[in-house]
Amino acid sequence: MSTAEVTSERGRASWLKGRLVPGLIVKIVLLAIAVGLVTYAVPKLVDQHAWVGLGATIAATAVLVWIYTGRRNIPLKYLAPGTLLLIAFQLYPVLYTISTAVTNYGDGHLLSKSQAISTIEAASVTEVPGSARYQLSVATKGNPDSAPFVYFLTAPDGKVYQGTTSGLAAVTGDVQKSPSGKVIGVPGWHILNALQVNHRSADLAKFDVPAGANGFVKNVGISEAYVGRTAVTYDRATDTLTDSRTRLTYHSKDGYFVATDGSGRRFDTGWKVNVGLANFREVFDNADIRGPLVRIFFWTVAFALLTVATTFALGLALAITLDHPQLRGRRLYRSLLLLPYALPAFISLLVWQSMYNKDFGLINHLLHAKIDWLGNAWTARLAILLANLWLGFPYMFLICTGVLQSIPAELRDAARVDGASALQAFRSVTLPLLMISVMPLLIASFAFNFNNYNAIKLLTNGGPFPSNNSTAGDTDILISYTFRIAFGAQGAQYGLAATISIAIFVLIAVISYLGFRNTRRLEEIYR
Amino acid sequence: MRPSVPFDPPRRFGRGGRLSAVTAVAVVAVLAGACSSSKPAKHASSPGSTPPASSSSAPASGSSSASGIPARGSADLVIWADGQRAPVLQKLAETFGQENGVKVDVQTISTDQQSAYVTATTAGKGPDIVVGATDWIGNLVQNGTIAPVPLSAEQLKAFQPIAAKAVTYNGSVYGVPYATENLALFRNTAVAPTAPTTFEQLVSQGQAAIRAKKAQAALAVQTGQTGDVYHMEPFYTSGGGYLFGAKSNGDYNPSDIGVGKPGSIAAAKLLAKYGEKGSNVFRRSIDADNSISLFTSGKTPFLVSGPWALDTVKKAHVKYALSPVPGFAGQQPARGFVSVQAFFVSAKAKNAALAQEFASNYATQPSVEKALFELEPRPPALTAVYDEVAKTDTDVQGFYAAGKNAQVLPQIPAMASIWDALGKAEAAIVGGANPTTTITAAGKQIKKSIGS
Repeated sequence: MSTAEVTSERGRASWLKGRLVPGLIVKIVLLAIAVGLVTYAVPKLVDQHAWVGLGATIAATAVLVWIYTGRRNIPLKYLAPGTLLLIAFQLYPVLYTISTAVTNYGDGHLLSKSQAISTIEAASVTEVPGSARYQLSVATKGNPDSAPFVYFLTAPDGKVYQGTTSGLAAVTGDVQKSPSGKVIGVPGWHILNALQVNHRSADLAKFDVPAGANGFVKNVGISEAYVGRTAVTYDRATDTLTDSRTRLTYHSKDGYFVATDGSGRRFDTGWKVNVGLANFREVFDNADIRGPLVRIFFWTVAFALLTVATTFALGLALAITLDHPQLRGRRLYRSLLLLPYALPAFISLLVWQSMYNKDFGLINHLLHAKIDWLGNAWTARLAILLANLWLGFPYMFLICTGVLQSIPAELRDAARVDGASALQAFRSVTLPLLMISVMPLLIASFAFNFNNYNAIKLLTNGGPFPSNNSTAGDTDILISYTFRIAFGAQGAQYGLAATISIAIFVLIAVISYLGFRNTRRLEEIYR
Repeated sequence: MRPSVPFDPPRRFGRGGRLSAVTAVAVVAVLAGACSSSKPAKHASSPGSTPPASSSSAPASGSSSASGIPARGSADLVIWADGQRAPVLQKLAETFGQENGVKVDVQTISTDQQSAYVTATTAGKGPDIVVGATDWIGNLVQNGTIAPVPLSAEQLKAFQPIAAKAVTYNGSVYGVPYATENLALFRNTAVAPTAPTTFEQLVSQGQAAIRAKKAQAALAVQTGQTGDVYHMEPFYTSGGGYLFGAKSNGDYNPSDIGVGKPGSIAAAKLLAKYGEKGSNVFRRSIDADNSISLFTSGKTPFLVSGPWALDTVKKAHVKYALSPVPGFAGQQPARGFVSVQAFFVSAKAKNAALAQEFASNYATQPSVEKALFELEPRPPALTAVYDEVAKTDTDVQGFYAAGKNAQVLPQIPAMASIWDALGKAEAAIVGGANPTTTITAAGKQIKKSIGS
């Protein structure tokens, strides 16, 4: 190595160093923000007992700090952000979906088993018939927010009792009472006000004053107390619930407590359990789910393709028309054409829905017809495509206008000089150039419409429905159909929904794979 | 105007992902990651993140996780209500707050109240009290999101029996009722001066109005393309149908399903007779969006609707009168639903003591229910208050008379299977499908979905 080279190398190093000072500051600030965010999140996570999340957060931050402090790990510095995003937005949802698919998570199975048990027990508390209602004051001798407290209870006959966890005791000393009889002052005790009582809600929930056989005094809000009894008790050893009212025993089965007497009675509140492949079996075995899937799949593809084709055709035609340089008021026309795009789509869709009304709709009124647009499978499909055309063409118009303006006029002129007709010039010069720019957008538009839930939901809600099937309508696309199965008739069924989305994912992955393979072949031809 | 009816199955839609703790962590981790590095450009250009919006740039549906839920803020008691009731309740809540020296915040949840409540409560972000209809109870209980309200026997007795029944579920009281809602027949007294006592009379009056060019439709019962079980219920029951049999304790029995039984087939035949292929009284073209306006604009002399329609009808200055929804001549009485609006206390209320105090010792006071009625006139649930306001308010009387035969809107979770399947079957029958096979198929489908 020559001296000159060494010098220049050194020069570059010092120049780099000069540049790096602001960069270093930015780096420090960003790392500080990251650490700050984590510091903010940690107490919340601890609050929610989210230990896995806590570990993941701290680990992710530690890795980030380690990567970006110091000069090592150059490749990692580039890879880390993308990898983290990949984990958070791709990998995590996929894993979460799969883990949900093997459970019965959904309405009736949202809780954990211990939560379900305590909910059932709490719901079984009933007032002891004929028992008294007390006026309640909560009192403490120490800090109102944390010290142990007692109840001062005024019975309907005016007698005052002190209630503690060991029972009721009559208060004989000197007690100050309000006109209604509520205790408002006892020497040596501090009576809590409404806000202070409320702050002790969690302690109050656990505070039972034993009273009589199996009964206990429990607060009703902040000013009243009643004598209650728990009818249902859980036995940990046998994992059963016993209801003292019906004398029935319930054992746990499939995320529910079911009566052992074979009557099929069960408590409504269930919990989340692992159901293995039951959801997958449901999707593939249940003829009601699997049956219409093929028909719906074809309509979904047709709907997305036709929407893209019609909107693009109309958008392009209008763009070409308005591209003519001699046309007057081009700007005005263009602005007017963009109007449908400016309106919120869901409002337009609702307006379209009312225009299609058979008896009172604008369209039948104008046509003097009695077409049952949304009540007939084919007219409903046509109606959806028409409404979608109206909503979608301005976008295509906008894009085509932009692309047309970017194609040099010389190319067309050259084609015309070479003797091509206007149509030939368009077909062989303008269109291919246009398609190169527009193709990715058309594909994106197809993908969007493939899952265009709003259009279907707001226009037809999947309908019309065959008279023997209320789950699969004639205009349903995959997403609206899935949604109805998962959240329609039986409330939310997240487990089943996850399973169906996995099935659809597989379906689309296969199609995409085939599509990509074909594209590659095309690319090879172009080369 | 959309009535604030709670039984609309679509309301159950839109339960976006629950914002689990783990997701939150992932987000934080990513934020940390994104902040400490140069911005990765790949997300900006991927088709997924920027909807090409070929046909709609409608609200990004994927990001609806917890965004619809208001923050709890610093209030000592948080109440959720729909847009119509929230402002009314805010005034009462302020009185409660002043009496107890606490700050009460009434927050508006405009759509999907029930699912928003379940989602938020499960995630520990819910309110202390939620205002809703009593048919939510089954679902809220099975998800462990509401706690029983320990009302005393006397407190419960002060309510109208049907209101007390509507908040009682599996032997426990789960809410404090404050208003009842049921269907009645609105009639335009300029066109139809006398109240029809049978459906046949109603039809002949309505059709006479059409012939006299005074109307375009004999009757407005919202049906729509997917049907409306709630509004069809009087006719379905009059024709002989029922939804669920009763258990010995009066609760609905989900294993005795009436859809598909002979009575429901007889009812379905009557729906077909008066449907689009018959005398065209029931029509799918009349739906939730246009039924009330058809009445107020004079296009129909009769409307079947509830107290939620009163405001619009009054503003339109139509001379109207209320009467019971008539049943078919010589058939069963028409028995619509009574739904009851109630205060529910969250099972995970952060301010459980205040929430319970508000529900059981404040909302049960006659003066409070009276004030609620004055702010928003729906028939009060407390008998004493009802009697008081019924003396002067003819609408309250009308709805009461119309609701005499009514049945409690079932609270059992199995009801969710009915709304969808029976609604669509009824719509198909109205549209001309074979009544016998259609209702039988619906019965089978309901049985299957409840059976699991």
